[in-house]
Amino acid sequence: MNESVKKVFFRRKITYLVIFAALIAVYIISASATEFHLSEGLASFPKAMAWIGHNLMPDEKAMKRFPKILDKLIETALLSVAVTVIAAIFAFFFSLFGSKATGFNGIVNRIVRIVAAFFRNVPDVVWAMLLMFSFGQNILTGFFALFFTTFGLLTRAFIETIDEVSAAGIEALNASGANFIQTVFQAIIPSAMPGIVTWILYMIETNIRNSTLIGILTATGIGYLFDLYYKRLDFSSASLVVVSIIVLVIAIELVSNLIRRVIL
Amino acid sequence: MEQTASVLTQCGGVCNARRKRSGKIKIGVHSKSSSAVKILVAVLLGLTVYAFISFDYKEIVLSEAISATLRNVKTVFLEPRLSSDTFRNVMYQLFVTFCLGTLSTIFGAIAAFFCSLLCAKNTAPSGVANAVKCVIALIRAVPTVLWVLIFAVSAGLGSVAAVIGLTFHSFAYLTKVYAESIEEIDDGTIEALRASGAGFWQIVFQAIVPASLSRMVAWTFMRFEINFTNAIAVGAAAGAGGIGFNLYMAGSFYFDLHEMGILTYIVVIAVILLEMFSTKIKERVK
Repeated sequence: MNESVKKVFFRRKITYLVIFAALIAVYIISASATEFHLSEGLASFPKAMAWIGHNLMPDEKAMKRFPKILDKLIETALLSVAVTVIAAIFAFFFSLFGSKATGFNGIVNRIVRIVAAFFRNVPDVVWAMLLMFSFGQNILTGFFALFFTTFGLLTRAFIETIDEVSAAGIEALNASGANFIQTVFQAIIPSAMPGIVTWILYMIETNIRNSTLIGILTATGIGYLFDLYYKRLDFSSASLVVVSIIVLVIAIELVSNLIRRVIL
Repeated sequence: MEQTASVLTQCGGVCNARRKRSGKIKIGVHSKSSSAVKILVAVLLGLTVYAFISFDYKEIVLSEAISATLRNVKTVFLEPRLSSDTFRNVMYQLFVTFCLGTLSTIFGAIAAFFCSLLCAKNTAPSGVANAVKCVIALIRAVPTVLWVLIFAVSAGLGSVAAVIGLTFHSFAYLTKVYAESIEEIDDGTIEALRASGAGFWQIVFQAIVPASLSRMVAWTFMRFEINFTNAIAVGAAAGAGGIGFNLYMAGSFYFDLHEMGILTYIVVIAVILLEMFSTKIKERVK
Protein backbone atom coordinates (compact mmCIF):
# COMPACT_ATOMS: atom_id res chain seq x y z
CA MET A 1 0.00 0.00 0.00
CA ASN A 2 1.06 3.55 -0.73
CA GLU A 3 2.73 5.47 2.13
CA SER A 4 0.30 8.43 2.07
CA VAL A 5 -2.73 6.14 2.01
CA LYS A 6 -1.36 4.33 5.04
CA LYS A 7 -0.94 7.66 6.76
CA VAL A 8 -4.59 8.55 6.12
CA PHE A 9 -5.81 5.32 7.67
CA PHE A 10 -3.39 5.66 10.59
CA ARG A 11 -4.60 9.19 11.27
CA ARG A 12 -8.20 8.08 11.08
CA LYS A 13 -7.53 5.33 13.61
CA ILE A 14 -5.85 7.80 15.96
CA THR A 15 -8.79 10.21 15.63
CA TYR A 16 -11.27 7.47 16.51
CA LEU A 17 -9.14 6.43 19.51
CA VAL A 18 -8.85 10.00 20.79
CA ILE A 19 -12.61 10.56 20.47
CA PHE A 20 -13.27 7.27 22.25
CA ALA A 21 -10.86 8.07 25.10
CA ALA A 22 -12.28 11.56 25.52
CA LEU A 23 -15.81 10.16 25.71
CA ILE A 24 -14.76 7.67 28.40
CA ALA A 25 -13.08 10.41 30.43
CA VAL A 26 -16.12 12.72 30.19
CA TYR A 27 -18.37 9.83 31.11
CA ILE A 28 -16.37 8.95 34.24
CA ILE A 29 -16.34 12.55 35.48
CA SER A 30 -20.06 13.10 34.81
CA ALA A 31 -21.10 9.77 36.26
CA SER A 32 -19.26 10.40 39.50
CA ALA A 33 -20.66 13.93 39.83
CA THR A 34 -24.25 12.82 39.32
CA GLU A 35 -23.87 9.51 41.17
CA PHE A 36 -25.04 7.72 38.07
CA HIS A 37 -24.17 4.04 37.84
CA LEU A 38 -24.28 2.44 34.44
CA SER A 39 -25.03 -0.98 35.92
CA GLU A 40 -28.02 0.45 37.79
CA GLY A 41 -29.19 2.23 34.67
CA LEU A 42 -28.86 -0.86 32.52
CA ALA A 43 -30.53 -3.03 35.16
CA SER A 44 -33.48 -0.68 35.55
CA PHE A 45 -34.02 -0.40 31.82
CA PRO A 46 -35.61 -3.83 31.12
CA LYS A 47 -37.48 -3.56 34.42
CA ALA A 48 -38.89 -0.21 33.34
CA MET A 49 -39.82 -1.57 29.93
CA ALA A 50 -41.62 -4.53 31.50
CA TRP A 51 -43.38 -2.16 33.86
CA ILE A 52 -44.46 0.08 30.98
CA GLY A 53 -45.81 -2.91 29.07
CA HIS A 54 -47.66 -4.14 32.12
CA ASN A 55 -49.01 -0.98 33.76
CA LEU A 56 -49.02 1.76 31.19
CA MET A 57 -52.06 0.50 29.35
CA PRO A 58 -55.29 2.46 29.29
CA ASP A 59 -58.11 0.31 30.72
CA GLU A 60 -61.84 0.79 31.19
CA LYS A 61 -61.47 3.00 34.23
CA ALA A 62 -59.17 5.24 32.21
CA MET A 63 -61.62 5.39 29.31
CA LYS A 64 -64.21 6.87 31.66
CA ARG A 65 -61.82 9.76 32.24
CA PHE A 66 -61.34 10.25 28.51
CA PRO A 67 -63.78 13.19 28.11
CA LYS A 68 -61.92 15.11 30.82
CA ILE A 69 -58.54 14.30 29.28
CA LEU A 70 -59.78 15.29 25.82
CA ASP A 71 -61.03 18.57 27.23
CA LYS A 72 -57.63 19.40 28.74
CA LEU A 73 -55.87 18.20 25.59
CA ILE A 74 -57.86 20.60 23.41
CA GLU A 75 -57.17 23.37 25.92
CA THR A 76 -53.45 22.62 25.72
CA ALA A 77 -53.48 22.56 21.93
CA LEU A 78 -55.35 25.88 21.78
CA LEU A 79 -53.02 27.35 24.38
CA SER A 80 -49.91 26.48 22.41
CA VAL A 81 -51.41 27.85 19.19
CA ALA A 82 -52.46 31.08 20.92
CA VAL A 83 -49.09 31.53 22.65
CA THR A 84 -47.17 30.89 19.45
CA VAL A 85 -49.31 33.22 17.31
CA ILE A 86 -49.24 36.12 19.78
CA ALA A 87 -45.51 35.65 20.43
CA ALA A 88 -44.90 35.48 16.67
CA ILE A 89 -46.69 38.79 16.08
CA PHE A 90 -44.61 40.53 18.75
CA ALA A 91 -41.44 38.77 17.66
CA PHE A 92 -41.96 39.78 14.02
CA PHE A 93 -42.15 43.50 14.75
CA PHE A 94 -39.35 43.21 17.27
CA SER A 95 -37.14 41.31 14.81
CA LEU A 96 -37.49 44.14 12.24
CA PHE A 97 -35.41 46.24 14.63
CA GLY A 98 -32.91 43.44 15.16
CA SER A 99 -32.28 42.61 11.52
CA LYS A 100 -29.29 44.11 9.76
CA ALA A 101 -31.20 44.14 6.48
CA THR A 102 -33.81 46.69 7.56
CA GLY A 103 -31.19 49.35 8.10
CA PHE A 104 -31.57 50.32 11.74
CA ASN A 105 -28.27 51.20 13.30
CA GLY A 106 -26.03 48.70 15.02
CA ILE A 107 -26.89 49.74 18.58
CA VAL A 108 -30.61 49.07 18.06
CA ASN A 109 -29.73 45.70 16.49
CA ARG A 110 -27.57 44.77 19.42
CA ILE A 111 -30.11 45.79 22.07
CA VAL A 112 -32.82 43.72 20.35
CA ARG A 113 -30.53 40.71 20.17
CA ILE A 114 -29.59 40.98 23.85
CA VAL A 115 -33.22 41.28 24.92
CA ALA A 116 -34.12 38.25 22.79
CA ALA A 117 -31.22 36.25 24.27
CA PHE A 118 -32.42 37.14 27.76
CA PHE A 119 -35.98 35.96 27.15
CA ARG A 120 -34.77 32.85 25.37
CA ASN A 121 -32.41 31.77 28.09
CA VAL A 122 -34.33 32.43 31.29
CA PRO A 123 -35.69 28.90 31.87
CA ASP A 124 -39.46 28.57 31.49
CA VAL A 125 -39.35 26.91 34.92
CA VAL A 126 -38.45 30.30 36.41
CA TRP A 127 -41.25 32.12 34.57
CA ALA A 128 -43.69 29.42 35.62
CA MET A 129 -42.84 29.73 39.31
CA LEU A 130 -42.71 33.53 39.20
CA LEU A 131 -46.14 33.74 37.61
CA MET A 132 -47.48 31.09 39.93
CA PHE A 133 -47.14 33.60 42.80
CA SER A 134 -49.25 36.26 41.15
CA PHE A 135 -51.56 34.43 38.75
CA GLY A 136 -52.05 31.27 40.79
CA GLN A 137 -53.49 28.13 39.26
CA ASN A 138 -54.64 29.86 36.12
CA ILE A 139 -54.31 29.19 32.42
CA LEU A 140 -52.68 32.61 32.08
CA THR A 141 -49.75 31.35 34.17
CA GLY A 142 -49.03 28.78 31.49
CA PHE A 143 -49.70 31.33 28.77
CA PHE A 144 -47.15 33.87 29.97
CA ALA A 145 -44.57 31.27 30.99
CA LEU A 146 -44.60 29.86 27.47
CA PHE A 147 -44.94 33.30 25.91
CA PHE A 148 -41.63 34.75 27.11
CA THR A 149 -39.50 31.83 25.96
CA THR A 150 -41.34 31.53 22.64
CA PHE A 151 -40.95 35.27 22.06
CA GLY A 152 -37.18 35.08 22.63
CA LEU A 153 -36.74 32.05 20.40
CA LEU A 154 -38.90 33.36 17.56
CA THR A 155 -37.22 36.78 17.60
CA ARG A 156 -33.85 35.18 16.95
CA ALA A 157 -35.31 32.87 14.31
CA PHE A 158 -37.12 35.69 12.49
CA ILE A 159 -34.04 37.93 12.53
CA GLU A 160 -32.07 35.15 10.86
CA THR A 161 -34.86 34.50 8.34
CA ILE A 162 -35.18 38.18 7.41
CA ASP A 163 -31.42 38.60 7.12
CA GLU A 164 -31.21 35.57 4.87
CA VAL A 165 -34.05 36.06 2.43
CA SER A 166 -35.10 39.70 2.36
CA ALA A 167 -31.91 41.72 1.93
CA ALA A 168 -32.10 42.07 -1.88
CA GLY A 169 -35.80 42.93 -1.92
CA ILE A 170 -35.39 45.53 0.81
CA GLU A 171 -32.54 47.17 -1.06
CA ALA A 172 -34.55 47.28 -4.29
CA LEU A 173 -37.56 48.87 -2.62
CA ASN A 174 -35.42 51.36 -0.71
CA ALA A 175 -33.77 52.36 -3.97
CA SER A 176 -37.16 52.97 -5.59
CA GLY A 177 -38.16 55.27 -2.73
CA ALA A 178 -40.52 53.06 -0.73
CA ASN A 179 -41.02 54.01 2.90
CA PHE A 180 -40.49 51.69 5.85
CA ILE A 181 -44.05 50.36 6.04
CA GLN A 182 -44.18 49.70 2.30
CA THR A 183 -40.88 47.85 2.52
CA VAL A 184 -42.17 45.68 5.35
CA PHE A 185 -45.36 44.70 3.56
CA GLN A 186 -44.05 44.41 0.00
CA ALA A 187 -40.56 43.00 0.53
CA ILE A 188 -40.08 41.47 3.96
CA ILE A 189 -43.41 39.73 4.57
CA PRO A 190 -43.72 38.07 1.14
CA SER A 191 -40.15 36.79 1.05
CA ALA A 192 -39.82 35.76 4.70
CA MET A 193 -43.29 34.26 5.08
CA PRO A 194 -42.47 30.61 4.27
CA GLY A 195 -39.60 30.66 6.77
CA ILE A 196 -41.72 32.37 9.40
CA VAL A 197 -44.57 29.89 8.97
CA THR A 198 -42.18 26.94 9.29
CA TRP A 199 -40.88 28.35 12.56
CA ILE A 200 -44.39 28.96 13.87
CA LEU A 201 -45.43 25.37 13.13
CA TYR A 202 -42.29 24.08 14.85
CA MET A 203 -42.95 26.22 17.91
CA ILE A 204 -46.58 25.05 18.19
CA GLU A 205 -45.34 21.47 18.38
CA THR A 206 -42.61 22.33 20.89
CA ASN A 207 -45.01 24.33 23.04
CA ILE A 208 -47.37 21.39 23.40
CA ARG A 209 -44.52 19.36 24.85
CA ASN A 210 -43.31 22.25 27.01
CA SER A 211 -46.78 22.99 28.32
CA THR A 212 -46.81 19.51 29.87
CA LEU A 213 -43.81 20.48 31.95
CA ILE A 214 -45.27 23.88 32.84
CA GLY A 215 -48.53 22.13 33.69
CA ILE A 216 -46.80 19.85 36.19
CA LEU A 217 -45.12 22.83 37.86
CA THR A 218 -48.11 25.16 37.95
CA ALA A 219 -50.92 22.61 38.33
CA THR A 220 -52.70 23.54 35.10
CA GLY A 221 -53.64 21.86 31.84
CA ILE A 222 -52.74 18.40 30.64
CA GLY A 223 -49.54 18.26 32.68
CA TYR A 224 -51.51 18.64 35.89
CA LEU A 225 -53.86 15.84 34.87
CA PHE A 226 -50.91 13.52 34.28
CA ASP A 227 -49.31 14.51 37.58
CA LEU A 228 -52.57 13.97 39.43
CA TYR A 229 -53.12 10.44 38.10
CA TYR A 230 -49.42 9.65 38.48
CA LYS A 231 -49.35 10.66 42.14
CA ARG A 232 -52.55 8.72 42.80
CA LEU A 233 -50.77 5.70 41.25
CA ASP A 234 -53.58 5.53 38.73
CA PHE A 235 -51.15 4.58 35.98
CA SER A 236 -53.72 3.44 33.45
CA SER A 237 -55.29 6.90 33.36
CA ALA A 238 -51.84 8.51 33.30
CA SER A 239 -50.97 6.37 30.30
CA LEU A 240 -54.10 7.52 28.50
CA VAL A 241 -52.82 11.08 28.98
CA VAL A 242 -49.47 10.07 27.47
CA VAL A 243 -51.15 8.34 24.53
CA SER A 244 -53.34 11.36 23.83
CA ILE A 245 -50.31 13.67 23.90
CA ILE A 246 -48.52 11.35 21.45
CA VAL A 247 -51.52 11.40 19.10
CA LEU A 248 -51.78 15.19 19.26
CA VAL A 249 -48.06 15.81 18.69
CA ILE A 250 -47.87 13.36 15.78
CA ALA A 251 -51.03 14.78 14.22
CA ILE A 252 -49.55 18.28 14.37
CA GLU A 253 -46.27 17.01 12.95
CA LEU A 254 -48.07 15.38 10.01
CA VAL A 255 -50.14 18.50 9.33
CA SER A 256 -47.11 20.76 9.45
CA ASN A 257 -45.15 18.45 7.14
CA LEU A 258 -48.04 18.65 4.70
CA ILE A 259 -48.18 22.44 4.93
CA ARG A 260 -44.43 22.72 4.55
CA ARG A 261 -44.55 20.64 1.38
CA VAL A 262 -47.14 23.00 -0.13
CA ILE A 263 -45.51 26.31 0.77
CA LEU A 264 -41.81 25.56 0.27
CA MET B 1 -50.38 55.08 -39.18
CA GLU B 2 -52.40 51.90 -39.12
CA GLN B 3 -49.41 49.96 -37.97
CA THR B 4 -48.77 52.20 -35.00
CA ALA B 5 -52.42 52.00 -34.05
CA SER B 6 -52.37 48.22 -34.03
CA VAL B 7 -49.17 48.22 -32.00
CA LEU B 8 -50.84 50.57 -29.53
CA THR B 9 -53.93 48.38 -29.19
CA GLN B 10 -51.69 45.37 -28.80
CA CYS B 11 -49.79 47.11 -26.04
CA GLY B 12 -53.08 48.12 -24.53
CA GLY B 13 -54.16 44.49 -24.42
CA VAL B 14 -50.93 43.37 -22.80
CA CYS B 15 -50.93 46.21 -20.31
CA ASN B 16 -54.54 45.59 -19.38
CA ALA B 17 -53.65 42.06 -18.41
CA ARG B 18 -51.27 43.46 -15.82
CA ARG B 19 -53.66 46.02 -14.47
CA LYS B 20 -56.48 45.68 -12.05
CA ARG B 21 -59.95 46.91 -13.07
CA SER B 22 -59.30 50.16 -11.27
CA GLY B 23 -56.30 50.73 -13.51
CA LYS B 24 -53.65 50.07 -10.87
CA ILE B 25 -50.72 47.88 -11.86
CA LYS B 26 -50.85 44.43 -10.32
CA ILE B 27 -47.85 43.90 -8.07
CA GLY B 28 -48.63 40.63 -6.34
CA VAL B 29 -48.08 37.23 -7.86
CA HIS B 30 -50.71 34.70 -6.90
CA SER B 31 -49.46 31.18 -6.49
CA LYS B 32 -50.58 28.05 -4.72
CA SER B 33 -47.95 28.59 -2.05
CA SER B 34 -48.92 32.16 -1.19
CA SER B 35 -52.62 31.35 -0.95
CA ALA B 36 -51.79 28.36 1.29
CA VAL B 37 -49.86 30.71 3.57
CA LYS B 38 -52.81 33.11 3.65
CA ILE B 39 -55.25 30.34 4.56
CA LEU B 40 -52.91 29.04 7.25
CA VAL B 41 -52.44 32.48 8.79
CA ALA B 42 -56.21 32.99 8.81
CA VAL B 43 -56.78 29.60 10.46
CA LEU B 44 -54.12 30.25 13.11
CA LEU B 45 -55.52 33.70 13.91
CA GLY B 46 -59.03 32.24 14.12
CA LEU B 47 -57.85 29.52 16.50
CA THR B 48 -56.09 32.12 18.63
CA VAL B 49 -59.23 34.22 18.96
CA TYR B 50 -61.27 31.12 19.73
CA ALA B 51 -58.67 30.05 22.31
CA PHE B 52 -58.93 33.32 24.20
CA ILE B 53 -62.71 33.12 24.18
CA SER B 54 -62.79 29.51 25.37
CA PHE B 55 -60.24 29.77 28.19
CA ASP B 56 -61.47 29.53 31.74
CA TYR B 57 -59.95 32.55 33.49
CA LYS B 58 -61.46 31.80 36.90
CA GLU B 59 -62.31 35.44 37.70
CA ILE B 60 -58.77 36.64 37.87
CA VAL B 61 -58.17 40.34 38.46
CA LEU B 62 -55.72 41.06 35.70
CA SER B 63 -54.44 44.43 36.90
CA GLU B 64 -53.64 43.06 40.36
CA ALA B 65 -51.97 39.95 38.99
CA ILE B 66 -49.86 41.98 36.57
CA SER B 67 -48.70 44.48 39.18
CA ALA B 68 -47.84 41.61 41.55
CA THR B 69 -45.91 39.93 38.74
CA LEU B 70 -43.97 43.10 38.03
CA ARG B 71 -43.08 43.42 41.73
CA ASN B 72 -41.84 39.82 41.78
CA VAL B 73 -39.92 40.26 38.54
CA LYS B 74 -38.24 43.31 40.08
CA THR B 75 -37.25 41.32 43.19
CA VAL B 76 -35.92 38.41 41.16
CA PHE B 77 -33.94 40.33 38.60
CA LEU B 78 -32.87 43.46 40.48
CA GLU B 79 -32.26 42.14 43.99
CA PRO B 80 -30.63 38.76 43.51
CA ARG B 81 -29.03 37.49 46.71
CA LEU B 82 -27.97 34.13 48.08
CA SER B 83 -29.50 33.38 51.45
CA SER B 84 -29.81 29.70 52.24
CA ASP B 85 -27.04 28.34 50.06
CA THR B 86 -23.35 28.95 49.48
CA PHE B 87 -22.05 30.09 46.12
CA ARG B 88 -19.76 27.08 45.95
CA ASN B 89 -22.61 24.65 46.40
CA VAL B 90 -24.66 26.42 43.74
CA MET B 91 -21.78 26.13 41.29
CA TYR B 92 -21.46 22.47 42.14
CA GLN B 93 -25.19 21.96 41.45
CA LEU B 94 -24.71 23.74 38.13
CA PHE B 95 -21.93 21.25 37.39
CA VAL B 96 -24.25 18.36 38.28
CA THR B 97 -26.85 19.68 35.81
CA PHE B 98 -24.10 20.02 33.22
CA CYS B 99 -23.11 16.39 33.83
CA LEU B 100 -26.72 15.18 33.55
CA GLY B 101 -26.86 16.87 30.17
CA THR B 102 -23.51 15.37 29.16
CA LEU B 103 -24.40 11.83 30.16
CA SER B 104 -27.71 11.84 28.35
CA THR B 105 -26.12 13.37 25.26
CA ILE B 106 -23.37 10.71 25.19
CA PHE B 107 -25.79 7.80 25.63
CA GLY B 108 -28.28 9.30 23.22
CA ALA B 109 -25.60 9.96 20.61
CA ILE B 110 -24.10 6.46 20.77
CA ALA B 111 -27.48 4.74 20.54
CA ALA B 112 -28.64 7.16 17.86
CA PHE B 113 -25.54 6.55 15.75
CA PHE B 114 -26.26 2.83 15.42
CA CYS B 115 -30.00 3.34 15.09
CA SER B 116 -29.56 5.96 12.37
CA LEU B 117 -27.80 3.33 10.24
CA LEU B 118 -31.07 1.39 10.37
CA CYS B 119 -33.03 4.54 9.63
CA ALA B 120 -31.20 6.12 6.68
CA LYS B 121 -32.43 5.18 3.21
CA ASN B 122 -28.95 4.54 1.83
CA THR B 123 -27.79 2.15 4.55
CA ALA B 124 -30.96 0.19 5.39
CA PRO B 125 -33.72 -1.50 3.39
CA SER B 126 -36.68 0.85 3.05
CA GLY B 127 -39.04 -1.39 5.07
CA VAL B 128 -36.72 -1.34 8.10
CA ALA B 129 -36.05 2.38 7.68
CA ASN B 130 -39.75 3.24 7.69
CA ALA B 131 -40.49 1.04 10.71
CA VAL B 132 -37.62 2.59 12.70
CA LYS B 133 -38.78 6.09 11.69
CA CYS B 134 -42.25 5.37 13.10
CA VAL B 135 -40.85 4.16 16.44
CA ILE B 136 -38.60 7.22 16.62
CA ALA B 137 -41.54 9.56 15.99
CA LEU B 138 -43.45 7.88 18.82
CA ILE B 139 -40.57 8.27 21.27
CA ARG B 140 -40.06 11.89 20.25
CA ALA B 141 -43.71 12.77 20.75
CA VAL B 142 -43.59 12.05 24.49
CA PRO B 143 -42.36 15.07 26.48
CA THR B 144 -39.00 14.53 28.23
CA VAL B 145 -40.42 15.13 31.68
CA LEU B 146 -42.95 12.32 31.20
CA TRP B 147 -40.17 9.90 30.23
CA VAL B 148 -38.34 10.84 33.41
CA LEU B 149 -41.43 10.34 35.57
CA ILE B 150 -42.22 7.02 33.89
CA PHE B 151 -38.71 5.72 34.56
CA ALA B 152 -38.79 7.11 38.07
CA VAL B 153 -41.45 4.56 38.99
CA SER B 154 -39.11 1.61 38.50
CA ALA B 155 -35.71 3.26 39.04
CA GLY B 156 -36.71 5.70 41.77
CA LEU B 157 -36.38 9.47 41.58
CA GLY B 158 -32.79 10.50 41.04
CA SER B 159 -30.05 10.68 38.49
CA VAL B 160 -30.72 7.26 36.94
CA ALA B 161 -34.32 8.11 36.03
CA ALA B 162 -33.28 11.60 34.90
CA VAL B 163 -30.48 10.36 32.65
CA ILE B 164 -32.56 7.58 31.08
CA GLY B 165 -35.52 9.89 30.58
CA LEU B 166 -33.39 12.63 29.00
CA THR B 167 -31.58 10.02 26.91
CA PHE B 168 -34.82 8.75 25.38
CA HIS B 169 -35.75 12.04 23.83
CA SER B 170 -32.18 12.86 22.71
CA PHE B 171 -31.87 9.41 21.19
CA ALA B 172 -35.00 9.90 19.07
CA TYR B 173 -34.04 13.43 18.05
CA LEU B 174 -30.44 12.55 17.19
CA THR B 175 -31.46 9.42 15.26
CA LYS B 176 -33.61 11.59 13.02
CA VAL B 177 -30.96 14.23 12.34
CA TYR B 178 -28.10 11.71 12.01
CA ALA B 179 -30.14 9.71 9.48
CA GLU B 180 -30.72 12.94 7.54
CA SER B 181 -26.97 13.65 7.51
CA ILE B 182 -26.26 10.10 6.34
CA GLU B 183 -28.84 10.40 3.59
CA GLU B 184 -27.04 13.49 2.30
CA ILE B 185 -23.84 11.52 1.61
CA ASP B 186 -22.97 11.03 -2.04
CA ASP B 187 -24.18 7.56 -3.06
CA GLY B 188 -21.04 7.12 -5.18
CA THR B 189 -18.80 6.88 -2.12
CA ILE B 190 -20.77 4.03 -0.59
CA GLU B 191 -21.13 2.28 -3.95
CA ALA B 192 -17.41 2.51 -4.64
CA LEU B 193 -16.56 0.86 -1.32
CA ARG B 194 -19.23 -1.79 -1.83
CA ALA B 195 -17.92 -2.54 -5.32
CA SER B 196 -14.40 -3.00 -3.99
CA GLY B 197 -15.69 -5.60 -1.53
CA ALA B 198 -15.84 -3.64 1.71
CA GLY B 199 -18.06 -5.06 4.48
CA PHE B 200 -20.86 -3.14 6.16
CA TRP B 201 -18.76 -1.85 9.09
CA GLN B 202 -15.92 -0.89 6.78
CA ILE B 203 -18.37 1.19 4.77
CA VAL B 204 -19.66 2.75 7.98
CA PHE B 205 -16.29 3.72 9.40
CA GLN B 206 -14.45 4.54 6.17
CA ALA B 207 -17.19 6.27 4.20
CA ILE B 208 -20.17 7.26 6.30
CA VAL B 209 -18.48 8.53 9.46
CA PRO B 210 -15.80 10.62 7.75
CA ALA B 211 -18.34 12.15 5.38
CA SER B 212 -20.97 13.07 7.95
CA LEU B 213 -18.91 13.50 11.14
CA SER B 214 -18.85 17.30 11.04
CA ARG B 215 -22.60 17.59 10.65
CA MET B 216 -23.17 14.99 13.35
CA VAL B 217 -20.89 16.83 15.78
CA ALA B 218 -22.73 20.08 15.14
CA TRP B 219 -26.10 18.42 15.79
CA THR B 220 -24.79 16.70 18.92
CA PHE B 221 -23.65 20.00 20.40
CA MET B 222 -26.99 21.57 19.59
CA ARG B 223 -28.68 18.68 21.34
CA PHE B 224 -26.35 19.13 24.29
CA GLU B 225 -27.58 22.70 24.70
CA ILE B 226 -31.16 21.45 24.67
CA ASN B 227 -30.32 18.67 27.13
CA PHE B 228 -28.74 21.16 29.49
CA THR B 229 -31.90 23.28 29.65
CA ASN B 230 -34.01 20.12 29.83
CA ALA B 231 -31.89 18.90 32.75
CA ILE B 232 -32.78 22.11 34.59
CA ALA B 233 -36.48 21.58 33.90
CA VAL B 234 -36.35 17.92 34.84
CA GLY B 235 -34.50 18.75 38.03
CA ALA B 236 -37.36 21.07 38.94
CA ALA B 237 -40.33 18.98 37.85
CA ALA B 238 -39.09 15.51 38.73
CA GLY B 239 -36.70 16.16 41.61
CA ALA B 240 -33.73 14.85 39.70
CA GLY B 241 -31.13 17.08 41.31
CA GLY B 242 -28.86 19.79 39.95
CA ILE B 243 -29.52 23.51 39.85
CA GLY B 244 -33.08 22.94 38.61
CA PHE B 245 -33.93 21.34 41.92
CA ASN B 246 -32.45 24.33 43.79
CA LEU B 247 -34.58 26.63 41.66
CA TYR B 248 -37.66 24.58 42.41
CA MET B 249 -36.97 24.58 46.16
CA ALA B 250 -36.31 28.34 46.21
CA GLY B 251 -39.45 29.03 44.18
CA SER B 252 -41.97 26.56 45.52
CA PHE B 253 -40.87 25.78 49.09
CA TYR B 254 -38.92 28.69 50.56
CA PHE B 255 -40.60 31.37 48.40
CA ASP B 256 -37.17 32.99 48.32
CA LEU B 257 -37.30 35.28 45.30
CA HIS B 258 -33.86 36.75 45.98
CA GLU B 259 -32.24 33.35 45.77
CA MET B 260 -34.30 32.48 42.69
CA GLY B 261 -32.87 35.63 41.08
CA ILE B 262 -29.26 34.66 41.53
CA LEU B 263 -29.93 31.08 40.41
CA THR B 264 -31.63 32.45 37.30
CA TYR B 265 -28.69 34.71 36.50
CA ILE B 266 -26.25 31.81 36.92
CA VAL B 267 -28.33 29.64 34.59
CA VAL B 268 -28.68 32.39 31.97
CA ILE B 269 -24.94 33.07 31.96
CA ALA B 270 -24.18 29.34 31.73
CA VAL B 271 -26.57 28.85 28.80
CA ILE B 272 -25.20 31.87 26.93
CA LEU B 273 -21.61 30.66 27.43
CA LEU B 274 -22.65 27.22 26.19
CA GLU B 275 -24.31 28.76 23.14
CA MET B 276 -21.17 30.74 22.29
CA PHE B 277 -19.01 27.66 22.76
CA SER B 278 -21.17 25.51 20.54
CA THR B 279 -21.35 28.19 17.83
CA LYS B 280 -17.52 28.19 17.84
CA ILE B 281 -17.46 24.40 17.50
CA LYS B 282 -20.01 24.49 14.68
CA GLU B 283 -17.95 27.09 12.82
CA ARG B 284 -14.83 25.01 13.24
CA VAL B 285 -16.30 21.70 12.05
CA LYS B 286 -17.84 23.38 9.01
